[in-house]
Amino acid sequence: MPETFILIPGRTSNQGCGISEGKFQEKYQQEINSLQVASGDMERLGLEVGDFVRLTSEHGQQVEVAVIKAREGELPEGLLFIAYGDISSRLMGGDTHGSGMPTSKGMDVELEVLKNLSPDLGGHHA
Amino acid sequence: MATVESKAPASSGDLKIVKDATCTFCGCVCDDIDLTVENNHITKAQRACVLGKAWFLNHEIEDKPSCLVDGQPATLEEGYDRAAKILVAGKYPIIYGLSDSPSEAQRVAVSIADWLDGTIDTTTSVCHGPSGMAFQGVGEVTCTLGEVANRGDFIMFWGSNPAESHPRHFTKYSLMPKGMFLPNGRKDRTCVIVDVRKTKSAKAADIFLQIKPRKDFEALWTLRALAQDIELDANRVQKETGIELAVWQDLMERMKAAKFGAIFFGMGLTMTRGKHANSEALLALTRDMNSHTRFVAKPNRGHGNVTGADNVVAWRTGFPFGVNHNRGYPRFNPGEYTTSDTLANGEADCGMMIACDPMANFSQPAREHLGSIPYIALDAKETPTTRAAAVAFTVATYGINTGGTVYRMDDVPIPLRPAFESPHPSDLVVLENIEKRVKMLRGVQG
Repeated sequence: MPETFILIPGRTSNQGCGISEGKFQEKYQQEINSLQVASGDMERLGLEVGDFVRLTSEHGQQVEVAVIKAREGELPEGLLFIAYGDISSRLMGGDTHGSGMPTSKGMDVELEVLKNLSPDLGGHHA
Repeated sequence: MATVESKAPASSGDLKIVKDATCTFCGCVCDDIDLTVENNHITKAQRACVLGKAWFLNHEIEDKPSCLVDGQPATLEEGYDRAAKILVAGKYPIIYGLSDSPSEAQRVAVSIADWLDGTIDTTTSVCHGPSGMAFQGVGEVTCTLGEVANRGDFIMFWGSNPAESHPRHFTKYSLMPKGMFLPNGRKDRTCVIVDVRKTKSAKAADIFLQIKPRKDFEALWTLRALAQDIELDANRVQKETGIELAVWQDLMERMKAAKFGAIFFGMGLTMTRGKHANSEALLALTRDMNSHTRFVAKPNRGHGNVTGADNVVAWRTGFPFGVNHNRGYPRFNPGEYTTSDTLANGEADCGMMIACDPMANFSQPAREHLGSIPYIALDAKETPTTRAAAVAFTVATYGINTGGTVYRMDDVPIPLRPAFESPHPSDLVVLENIEKRVKMLRGVQG
């Protein structure tokens, strides 16, 4: 059953360094494709590092992304974090509400755990 | 005083030291980096932070043609011709990016938009554009980073994580420096960090306040009310902000007691629901605080010359970003002439993307439209945006291979001191050549 979370995309050191090393290099790609989840949420959802989840934005955009555990105390439960990049941008809507800026932080997303789905249903396994 | 010293070669090839080089990775624009350059490769970047080291030490001349047309190698002349034809043929040409170009190149880009009766916008629109709107609404009480270093005894960061985005902010400007009126440096300052998550920056704070997500506006207005001694309902404040009223009251007492307060704010405010209203609340709080003591506010700017883009577009058109010239004079309207909108709404029919990567950073509808129209891309590195461009120019890296001027996040212009030359043209050269052809095709004399 999907659960609603608030997603905060943001900068990280690795993402910043990865830009200089090259956006098609492993460091950058790994950083922008890792969703940080609070340890309490990981436990409650039965998630382990490397499991995949599907995020669906309020505009209907969907991405599948691997999870990692957030540093202890960094995220309150109910909040997700991901480094800025392709995944976070795909979840933004096109509307800027007259500001020029799409809502890019604090987005509501539906999180669905994929690890227990069989691959033929589109799920990924760690 | 910047110097370039040649040393005797250690073995073969050139070895030189570039003193006080300028790092253009982030808006801090640190201009005290000593570079060691061996055989056109930077091997040391003294005083650079982790981001600066990655910027300098990973720098390599791209081993690819300076120009690709439809993905095929082409001469620069062929590229300039095709670029100008694409732009002149469009009914709604857009020019976007510019935050990683020197101001000399930014100036030419604005001219091209003007010749085309087109739209010019910068990455500010998806960075601190909402703050730019707020500046127009309530004004900006501001100062240079030097003043903060010498006077700031109360330093607040709101929705900003400089430990990861501007690693030398604390040590060079805001927290650690021993200043003229702060002889003990960090010991003479109070640092408060307000954020929705406990970032790496939180460790540097004397007081860390973790507010509820999407409640920045409510939290800032709580402080505005307290600054004016307005009585508040404790339960409601706690419910709305996630922080007890007593904590906010204590914070306000400290703010009033400061001699020189500085609030640095980040995209935690501008990218979250509320956007310009959030920035406006923070700027208004800063203004309010000047009834009690001296307070300033500064946005922490991301890219090396995004502040220059604001300045150049403003002194060329009167507006900082999102400017349309279609009626023959500049008009400013965020939400209409900003690139996220002109693309997502399917209005732009051609474009030029300069030192930016909308194919990686824009919303899906915006990316899909950009992928459907002919556009020109200028970048020092290969990106998803350069890969999909009709004409892609590989340009020399500003600050490492080319000189010019950039603006630090506090609007102070800083000269660039390049380390070595690139075989690729600078974005200034590419833009000047495109401008010449655009003028010719548009029948402009001179």
